Amino acid sequence: MGNLSQSRAQTLEKVRASLALRYRKERRFRFYGAASVVFGLLLVILLFGSIFGNGYTAFWQTQMQLDIYFDPQIIDPDNTGDPKIIGRANFAKLARHSLAELFPEVSGRRDRRSLNALLSSGAGFQLRKMILNDPELIGETLRLWLPADDEVDMLVKGYVDRTLPQGSRRLKDRQIEWIDELAAQGRIERQFNTAFFTSGDSREPELAGIGSAAKGSLFMLLITLSLSFPLGVAVAVYLEEFAPKNRWSNIIEVNINNLAAVPSIVYGLLGLAVFINFFGLPRSAPLVGGLVLTLMTLPTIIIAARASIKSVPPSVREAALSIGASRMQTIFHHVVPLAMPGMLTGAIIGMARALGESAPLLMIGMIAFIVEMPSTPMDPATALPVQVYLWADSPERAFAERTSAAIIVLLVFLLVMNGAAIWLRKKFERRW
Amino acid sequence: MQKFMTTMEAVRNDSPTVPPSTVTTELPAVKSTGKTTIDSKKHQTVGDVTASNPVFTVRDCNVYYGEKQALQNVNLDIGRNEVVALIGPSGCGKSTFIRCLNRMNDTIDSARVSGEIKLYGEDIYARDMDVVLLRARVGMVFQKPNPFPKSIYENVAYGPRLHGLSSNRAELDEIVRDSLERAGLWNEVKDRLDDPGTGLSGGQQQRLCIARTIAVNPEVILMDEPCSALDPIATAHIEDLIDELTENYAIAIVTHSMQQAARVSQRTAYFHLGKLIEVDATNKVFTNPGHKLTEDYVTGRFG
Ligand SMILES: Nc1ncnc2c1ncn2[C@@H]1O[C@H](COP(=O)(O)OP(=O)(O)OP(=O)(O)O)[C@@H](O)[C@H]1O
Ligand SMILES: [Mg+2]
Repeated sequence: MGNLSQSRAQTLEKVRASLALRYRKERRFRFYGAASVVFGLLLVILLFGSIFGNGYTAFWQTQMQLDIYFDPQIIDPDNTGDPKIIGRANFAKLARHSLAELFPEVSGRRDRRSLNALLSSGAGFQLRKMILNDPELIGETLRLWLPADDEVDMLVKGYVDRTLPQGSRRLKDRQIEWIDELAAQGRIERQFNTAFFTSGDSREPELAGIGSAAKGSLFMLLITLSLSFPLGVAVAVYLEEFAPKNRWSNIIEVNINNLAAVPSIVYGLLGLAVFINFFGLPRSAPLVGGLVLTLMTLPTIIIAARASIKSVPPSVREAALSIGASRMQTIFHHVVPLAMPGMLTGAIIGMARALGESAPLLMIGMIAFIVEMPSTPMDPATALPVQVYLWADSPERAFAERTSAAIIVLLVFLLVMNGAAIWLRKKFERRW
Repeated sequence: MQKFMTTMEAVRNDSPTVPPSTVTTELPAVKSTGKTTIDSKKHQTVGDVTASNPVFTVRDCNVYYGEKQALQNVNLDIGRNEVVALIGPSGCGKSTFIRCLNRMNDTIDSARVSGEIKLYGEDIYARDMDVVLLRARVGMVFQKPNPFPKSIYENVAYGPRLHGLSSNRAELDEIVRDSLERAGLWNEVKDRLDDPGTGLSGGQQQRLCIARTIAVNPEVILMDEPCSALDPIATAHIEDLIDELTENYAIAIVTHSMQQAARVSQRTAYFHLGKLIEVDATNKVFTNPGHKLTEDYVTGRFG
C-alpha cells in the first residue's frame, strides 16, 4: 500500500515536471506564431503605407480657371457649322489667349511659350469636346476649369523644391511666379481627378488614366471567369465522379498538378503560338488575354474543385442514392451545391492570380500604348499590371504617383474580388 | 418450401479466396444434432430461412470486398408485414447484407455480389433492373442520421419530388405532413418546417430520415442500427414507429441491442463471420436457440 502511494507520488512529480516543460514549449510556440504574424503585418503596413502615401495624390489633379472666349474667328471663321471644320480648329489657342490676357505684361516668344507651358495640352481637347457637343457656345465667354500641366501639378502638390537653383528644376522662376499669382487669384485648384478613371494612357501624365487598362482587365477577367469556372467544375466533376480510375486518369491527374506549376510566361508563349499565330486572333486583344489566363487558371480551379468535391461527406451521397436519386441527380442536387463554396474560393484565388498576371500578357502584345478605351474584347487593350509596369518605366515625376495610384486600383479590384468570394462562400455555406 | 430446404443442404461454398482467418475459425457444433460442423466447405443455417409471404428472397448470396469475402452463402427471406432483426457481432456482415438488398454496395468499387436476390420474384441484380427504381421501392435508414443540409420540408419533399409523386404543391404538402406524422415528428416540427434539418436533435434527425424514406412509399424499409446514436426515449419512439410501419412495410433492421430485436421483430437472423448461422422466430432464437454460437451471443457470452 505504502509502495503504491509512493510510486503514485513519483508519477505525479514526473507528470508535473513534464507539464511545466510542455507549457513552456506551448508558450514559446505561441510567441513565435504571434511574432511572425506581427512581422507579416508590419511588412503589409509598410507596403500599403508607401503605395498609398505615394499614390493618393494622383486622385486629385490641379486645374486652372480661365475665362474662355469661344472666338468664332478661330473656331469657324467661315461660319460653316460643319463639325469636321470645327473639329480641326486650334482650340488650344483659345486657352492660350485667355491665359495671355491674365498676364498682359508677358511678351516675347520665349516668355509666351513658357507661359503657355503651364497649360496642359488636354485643355484644347476639353474645349473641342465642349463645342462639338454644343456648337451654340460659339461666340460666348465662359469661366472654365482646365487641366494644368503636370509640372504645375507637381509644384502645387509640393513635390518641387523651390529652393533648388533654377537650372536643376523644370519650372523656371518666372513660371513659379505666374503660378503663385494665379493661385492668389483663386484660379488654381486641386480637383478630383475623374480623368484618371475614365481615360486611357497618354504621354502627358496629367491626361493619362487607367480607364482602358481597367476595362481591358475587366474584359479579360470576365472571359476567364466565364470559361474557366464552368470548364474547371465540369472537369472536376467528371474526374471525381465519372472517370474510371485507371492509368489514364492517373496520368491526367498528375498532369493537371504539373500544369498548375508551369510558369505563367509559358502560357503566354502558348497563347501566341496557338491563338494568334494559328487561329489568327488579333494581337493585344483582351479576348486572347482571357483565353491565355483561362488556360493558366484552369488547373488551379480543377484542383480546388476536386478537393471540395472529395470533402463532401459520403453520407449525403448515400442518403440521396438510397431514396432513388440517380447518380446525376445526386451529384447535381447535393454534391455540387455542397462543394460550391470550395469551388468558388478556388475560382476566386485563380482569378486573383490572373488579375495580377503580366508576364503572359507581354507575350501576346498587351503591352501596347493604348489611348483609346476598348469597347469590345477584340479591341486592343492593356491590363492593370501591365499599365503599372509601363508607368513605372516613365521618367516624368508625375507618373510615379500614377504608378502607385494604379497599384491602389489593382488592390481595390483584388479586395472587391476577395470580398465577393467571402460573401459567396457565406451565401452557399450550409450548416451540417 | 420443403424442396427448398433440401437444396439448402447442398449449398456449398467453394470460394478459395476466403482469407484463412475466416476459414480456420473454430465453429462449434450445432446443438440439435451435435454432429454437423459449420466450416467454409459446408455450412447450413439453423432454423427456417423462408417466409410464408416473401418480399425478398435471397439465395446463395456471396459478397466480396476485393479479395476479402464478407458474406458466405446467405439464404434468407423477408416476409410481408414482418420485421426481421439482423444481429451478430461487429464485422459479421449485417450491414453488407442489407446493403445488398437495395444495391447500395454498387457504390463501393471493390464490392462484388453473387447469388440470387429477388424482390417479388424479380432478380434485382439482373441487367435490366433499374437501380433507381429499386431504391425507390426499397428504402434505407442509416446508422448515423444523415438529413440533407436543407430545410425539414425539403428533406421530406425531395424524394416525392424526384419521383413525381405529387402534381402540385398542396399534394406535396400533404405527403410531407403525412410522412412526418407517421414518423412521429410532425408535432415537434410543424412550426419550423423551413428550419434546417440538420438543426434537429439526433433522435429527431433520425425520425426525419425515416419520414424521408417513407415519403416515397417504399415496399421494404432497411434500417441499419437506426437507434445506435439515440437515447432510450428516442429509441422507444422509433420502436413504436417500427411497430406501426409493419402494417404496410416489410422491414429488415440491424441492431446490436438484443432487447430491441426482441421487442420489434418477428424473426431474428444471427450472423457470424459472414455466415448466417440461425434464423427463426424471435422468441425461439432468444429463448431456445438452435446453435451454440447463437446461444453464446444471445446470452451475452460472446462479444
Ligand atoms: N467498403 C469496404 N471495403 C472493404 N471491406 C469492407 C467494407 N465494408 C465492410 N467491409 C468488411 O466486411 C465485413 C463486414 O462488414 P459489415 O460492415 O457488413 O459489418 P457489420 O456486421 O455491419 O458490423 P457492425 O455491427 O460493426 O456495423 C467486415 O469484415 C468489414 O471489414
Ligand atoms: Mg454495420
